[in-house]
Amino acid sequence: MIGYLIRRILQAILVTFFVSVITLLLVHLFPGGPIRALLGPRANATEVAYYNHLYGYNKPIYVQYIKYVGQLLHGNLGYSVKLNQTVTSEIASDLPKTVVLVFLGTAVSLIFGIPLGVYQAVKRYTVTDYVLTGVSFLGYATPTFFFALLLVEWFAVDTHLFPAFAPQGTTIGAVLSDPQALVLPVIAYAFLLYALWSRYMRSSVMDNLVQDYVRTARAKGASERRVLWVHVFRNSLISIVTLLGLSLPTLVAGAIFIEVVFNYPGMGLAFFQAAQNVDLQTLLGFTLLGTAATIIGNLLADVGYAVLDPRVRYS
Amino acid sequence: MAMITPPADVPPEALQGPDAGGVLTATEAAKLGVEPTQKPRGMLRRSWEVFAENKLALASLGIVLFMVLFTFVGPLIYHTNQVNTNLATYLCKPSAKHLLGCNEVGYDELGRLMVGGQTSLEVGVAAAVVAVMIGTLYGAISGFIGGAVDSLMMRIVDAGLAIPYIMVIIILSVIYHPNPAIMILIIAAFYWLGVARLVRGETLTLRTREYVQAVKVVGGSGLRAVIRHVVPNAIGTIIVQATFAVADSILILSGLGFLGLGITAPATDWGSMLSGGLTYLQGGNYWWLIYPPGIAIILTCIAFNFIGDALRDAFETRLQRR
Repeated sequence: MIGYLIRRILQAILVTFFVSVITLLLVHLFPGGPIRALLGPRANATEVAYYNHLYGYNKPIYVQYIKYVGQLLHGNLGYSVKLNQTVTSEIASDLPKTVVLVFLGTAVSLIFGIPLGVYQAVKRYTVTDYVLTGVSFLGYATPTFFFALLLVEWFAVDTHLFPAFAPQGTTIGAVLSDPQALVLPVIAYAFLLYALWSRYMRSSVMDNLVQDYVRTARAKGASERRVLWVHVFRNSLISIVTLLGLSLPTLVAGAIFIEVVFNYPGMGLAFFQAAQNVDLQTLLGFTLLGTAATIIGNLLADVGYAVLDPRVRYS
Repeated sequence: MAMITPPADVPPEALQGPDAGGVLTATEAAKLGVEPTQKPRGMLRRSWEVFAENKLALASLGIVLFMVLFTFVGPLIYHTNQVNTNLATYLCKPSAKHLLGCNEVGYDELGRLMVGGQTSLEVGVAAAVVAVMIGTLYGAISGFIGGAVDSLMMRIVDAGLAIPYIMVIIILSVIYHPNPAIMILIIAAFYWLGVARLVRGETLTLRTREYVQAVKVVGGSGLRAVIRHVVPNAIGTIIVQATFAVADSILILSGLGFLGLGITAPATDWGSMLSGGLTYLQGGNYWWLIYPPGIAIILTCIAFNFIGDALRDAFETRLQRR
């Protein structure tokens, strides 16, 4: 187990190394280089050369890379000239708000997705199962932003039940003090993830129901309810834990679209605005953070899987 | 692996019997007096039969065909001007002249739905094909070579997959101001990674099979083994993956269109159309700007998802029935 953990962490470090190379290359993909991106098409060659020299973009790529990694190791994700602040300070102010949205949305989706998935597996191939399957497929096929917009149209514009905009507070306290405005963004987020959990839970429970240990439990005289909730449910939950760790890219995508629709002042909205302003430093800094989170999520998923499922033994 | 040479005392005919290949040829069967119980059917034919039993999948196939006809043949029947804006028809209501009304710059919405659909479908299918081709080749080669090379190749895939895809795609769109062709490459640049990982997993099990080993034995090159023997046998996984890839690509494209980072006007896609319609969401009841493109995206993506699911069943059942 310890050996596996060490190997897995070393792998994660190697992956992180590749990612840092990819992000540095992304800077240079911009036609004319990063300074042209910053100064715009009307800057003249002297200006571009001056800033290239200032920021060290004229040095060989490996020198740039060493400098870049050195900065990263010091927690320096770059400086957004467009916003006149460091990317780290942007993250410090925006990340907590996004975490609130992601956490609430994920929690709501799990509360609905897991029990309904189990219910579908128990009532498999009935009308209810087919209807819920239909809902899941709808969840897979509906663009997040379109669903969020329908929510705005139905519950904010047509019926005035909830505000069309998410809480606009700058601090996390201000965001939480306006729970009504959080309802629609959280529902939109939960619908995006609901399909994922319920489909997984359904197939996982169905797989587990035909396992030998279920037959043993029944043979011992365990009630159907006990078999389902004590034996099958706990085993099926393992795959959900893994899935949670692996779903970070989906969570990030959801955060971007939902924050844009509801004008929720988190990292997703900031990322979108950076894209509009061609603010490469912010874009790359946020991407690196998202990537680090994904790598850690994958690591936790693997380790969690090994811890939770004693059958899994890594040599 | 060592060359297998038959012992000298075994007559060569004995090696041609059922034990050698495990499969009776028609002539051998006739010699032994075995009558085939039913006509032998091709692999695709059997898969199609399983697929056709699935009503939902057939309906989905119908939807996809309808969308293709609607977007590509539709404009030949329903003529609209999708190049010049027309303020005289600004946000006009649905009428006999404009069946689904007009949008905020006066384009006929139904005609726009056809033109936008062309882009959505073209980019979706092309991105899926490119991604699946790259991913298949990469995954198959990585899995076939194995060892340290495989390890390194897979870490590169891991690195790509660790970057939240939507972020890379947004950054690439910012850098390249995509037209449809670039859009295809941008989406495929992310999507091939997942395919590569899947095909590599499949290859790991396939490369130990006798018929793949036999290629090496008779002196075939590794590349030949991969292209002629490994990939065709992973075709089920690959086709299923390609089907899902189409749905995902259409969704990604629509997301970028919504953010205003997708295809630029006067060209459009279903997502960009929504982006235009949203501005008018709160100003009044311009339902024709929102529901038609939204429903078109959802229908098409659901159809591709159902087809993918049914194909997976079809290929799996084929394996079980053997």
